[in-house]
Amino acid sequence: MTTTAEPHTPPEIGGIGHSRKRVEDARFIQGRGNYVDDVNLPGMLYMAIHRSPLAHAKILSIDTSAAEAVEGVIAVVTGELLAGYNLAWMPTLSGDTQAVLATDKVRFQGQEIAAVIATDKYIAEDAATLIDVEYEDLEPIVNPQRSLEADAPLIRDDKEDQETNQCYEWESGDKAATDAAFAAADKVVSLETHYPRSHPAPLETCGIVADVNPATGEATLYMTSQAPHAHRTVFALVAGLPEQNIRIISPDIGGGFVNKVPVYPGYVVATAASLVIGAPIKWIETRTENLISTGFARDYYMKGELAVSNDGKIEALRVEMLSDQGAFYSDAQPTKFRAGLFHIVTGSYDYQYAYVTTRGAYTNKATGGVAYRCSFRVTEASYMIERLVQNAAYEIGMDPADFRAKNFIQPDQFPYETPTGFVYDSGDYEAALNEAKRIVGYDDIQAEKEAARKEGKLVGVGIASFTEVVGAGHGEDYDILGLKMFDSAELRVHPTGKAILKLGVKSQGQGHETTFAQIVAEELGLPADDIKVVEGDTDNTPYGLGTYASRSTPVAGAATAVVARKLRDKAKTIATHLLEASEEDLEWETGKFFVKGDPESSVTIQDIAFAAYTNPAPGTEAGLEGVHYYDPPNMTYPFGTYIVVVDVDAGTGQWKVRRMVAVDDCGVRINPMVVDGQIHGGLAEGYAMSSMQHITFDEAGNNLGSNFMDYLVPTAWETPRFELGETVTPSPHHPIGAKGIGESATVGSPAAYVNAVVDALEHLGVRNIDMPVSGDRVWAAMEEASG
Amino acid sequence: MNVTVTINGAERSADVEPRVLLADFIRSDLGLTGTHIGCDTTSCGVCTVLVDGTPIKSCTMFAVQANGRSITTVEGLKQNGDLSAMQQAFHEQHGLQCGFCTPAMMLVGTAFLEENPNPTEDEIRWAISGNLCRCTGYVNIVKSIQAAAQATTEGANA
Repeated sequence: MTTTAEPHTPPEIGGIGHSRKRVEDARFIQGRGNYVDDVNLPGMLYMAIHRSPLAHAKILSIDTSAAEAVEGVIAVVTGELLAGYNLAWMPTLSGDTQAVLATDKVRFQGQEIAAVIATDKYIAEDAATLIDVEYEDLEPIVNPQRSLEADAPLIRDDKEDQETNQCYEWESGDKAATDAAFAAADKVVSLETHYPRSHPAPLETCGIVADVNPATGEATLYMTSQAPHAHRTVFALVAGLPEQNIRIISPDIGGGFVNKVPVYPGYVVATAASLVIGAPIKWIETRTENLISTGFARDYYMKGELAVSNDGKIEALRVEMLSDQGAFYSDAQPTKFRAGLFHIVTGSYDYQYAYVTTRGAYTNKATGGVAYRCSFRVTEASYMIERLVQNAAYEIGMDPADFRAKNFIQPDQFPYETPTGFVYDSGDYEAALNEAKRIVGYDDIQAEKEAARKEGKLVGVGIASFTEVVGAGHGEDYDILGLKMFDSAELRVHPTGKAILKLGVKSQGQGHETTFAQIVAEELGLPADDIKVVEGDTDNTPYGLGTYASRSTPVAGAATAVVARKLRDKAKTIATHLLEASEEDLEWETGKFFVKGDPESSVTIQDIAFAAYTNPAPGTEAGLEGVHYYDPPNMTYPFGTYIVVVDVDAGTGQWKVRRMVAVDDCGVRINPMVVDGQIHGGLAEGYAMSSMQHITFDEAGNNLGSNFMDYLVPTAWETPRFELGETVTPSPHHPIGAKGIGESATVGSPAAYVNAVVDALEHLGVRNIDMPVSGDRVWAAMEEASG
Repeated sequence: MNVTVTINGAERSADVEPRVLLADFIRSDLGLTGTHIGCDTTSCGVCTVLVDGTPIKSCTMFAVQANGRSITTVEGLKQNGDLSAMQQAFHEQHGLQCGFCTPAMMLVGTAFLEENPNPTEDEIRWAISGNLCRCTGYVNIVKSIQAAAQATTEGANA
């Protein structure tokens, strides 16, 4: 097993590998954070939105007169008004279109119809309730199966070329060869399951303070944005504003989880209203608005099959997936991958054939398809393969850990090309599995499980040995609306040797201000404490695609390392001048250049920085600054093994996590403390989705999870304890060998939790319980199995 | 209506409508934005403040109900200009990520340790179960409160 290497830098430098305490904490623990709702500008007005109570209905009329009559109301904005500015519809980051304010019909419950601008938020909300809309009911479509039937009403009749409710169809792999492998297989193991609709629900809802200066036309937009630069470009395209006049400031963000990647109608309406009225306008969602109208995740109906030989070798995989996309498809979506990166569904295993088909269907629900704490659709794919593999082990009669080990891609097979076309960069899957087995005491717990069964007690052991794909991505394959998915870093070392690093990504709690300074500290030898990190202001940071899909470390982290190396190269040139030595005679050690064989003859990076402004070498450009746009050569592929032990109550079906062991391999760890924190959060969200967190709709399309009393998010009381372990397999193509960690635990853990519950009932013949695995579902599965 | 409160030790007054929530009063009228709003239904707890030392979800209390009472918000946690043991522990133990739930978690933790200076992990988890966090999985929040308890006990014994 490999473990984290000792840091190369002393603690006072604080480079890679140090659990440096976070610099951003100081403001948060003293109540001095600055979230969007904390931004207050002189003369600011407030906006509230009137939303549709119906899921699918034609709009016959909209009467705003009562709202307009309320004292303190400045304006009421409707779609008809926006249409006059060509703003009633907008493009989405996935290349679809979305209504800003509905004009023709409503397509989901909670859809935006009109907005009230008032002097006070209470008045705005009062007046919004007085808007009277007359509807003609249409059939609500609440699942993708009905949506794709020939006689289903067309949801997107606004789109000229849209003749059915199909949103996309996509395939990957070799169908003929895969079918042939299945036809010849000893055994075929299949699993049909639903990955339920979930909502990221960061504790801060979405919002904006839009401030369009009527004198200059400059728009300053304080927005809950995980991707401020991409959003600026979208605003330029949507609103027709010159891009240099748009400044998006994404201040502190109270959690994102991809909820804050799409552009929402409220942002656009507030900006348009500020432009017309000439005053700053604040719009902050209520929790209910957040849960009923912003991007949903998951809702995949999946059927997977594995072809397996009698001796336990996986030979082929076949998966059909149907997703419920809601009324508009609005997530940031790589152009080439209409169904996201679902083809990671081949997992950590070595076999030749796979064939995957995915279809997405429009329904009368809020926009779907956001990649909630995962790369586009990787969570669902990982869940499918890890559930299938567990069931295959049962059919073959092998221990599920042994079955995995027998089928793993081996370390010497990397780079490994999968049957669906990914090239995995590096991995040592068995090392992670063995470490997880060691921590949990695998053989003992399996023996205890067998003994418990004899006493009528139900213990289950669930494994997931996932492989993730993150770090989108190389520009050749990955773009959003044509914008290549590079990211950027600009580094300026000041004359006194202090520095500022500016990034195109945007932290929402991941701790970039701490960890990205550590990358610079590692490369330049400047103390991390001397480096300020700035993000989230499009006027003052280089262009980037933003923070989601665990891409900040793989892409912007690489850009940071490369720009620091560029400056070190320039520093070397200056050092030759200062030391009167040739470049070949100079050697670098943390923080200084010295003359080979004469370590006393040295110059520190701080001396060099001062010289860059006061005494640059003749003929060299002054200054010690640079910028780099990093286009990654490949994705990175973090992996790990999670093992969950559960106790299931045989009488009620209630289950409790006894152990949750998570061994992650995310390559080189920049800040182990922050990495562990990311894993903790992901494991909790994985538990949430496995056990309680889902949003359902009734037949009329009413959202049944519109607040935190109906949409259950785990508290400290329900959340299990976690035990973490690690292996370190660096990414060979990343400048510092890091792979990204923000989402591994959300991706990998749901299958481990569910596999554990199923394992407890495996001897009864139970092979599947759909998430959320609530006690009543477990009880029903036991009842059905025992006939 | 005029509402007068003692907030973080200072007396403040403002005229508000009877329907104004305490959370809005603190944020808008008193300008203390460290108290956050996350759900409007008393579920998430990010608006928690201490009213006469007791944790109260300020999105579900009217400002007028706080008239004449003493309120502590995150801005009042520092003691003699120094970070409190709870604030220091959240920093040391990586008890926060996005920071949105943090002020409320620290206030609840502070009030809880007043009642129970040597809690078990289960008691801490129960005490903060009215407050949601989406980032940390609660692991390091629990550790922070444990560390604050230890620091406070050691400080008292020193």
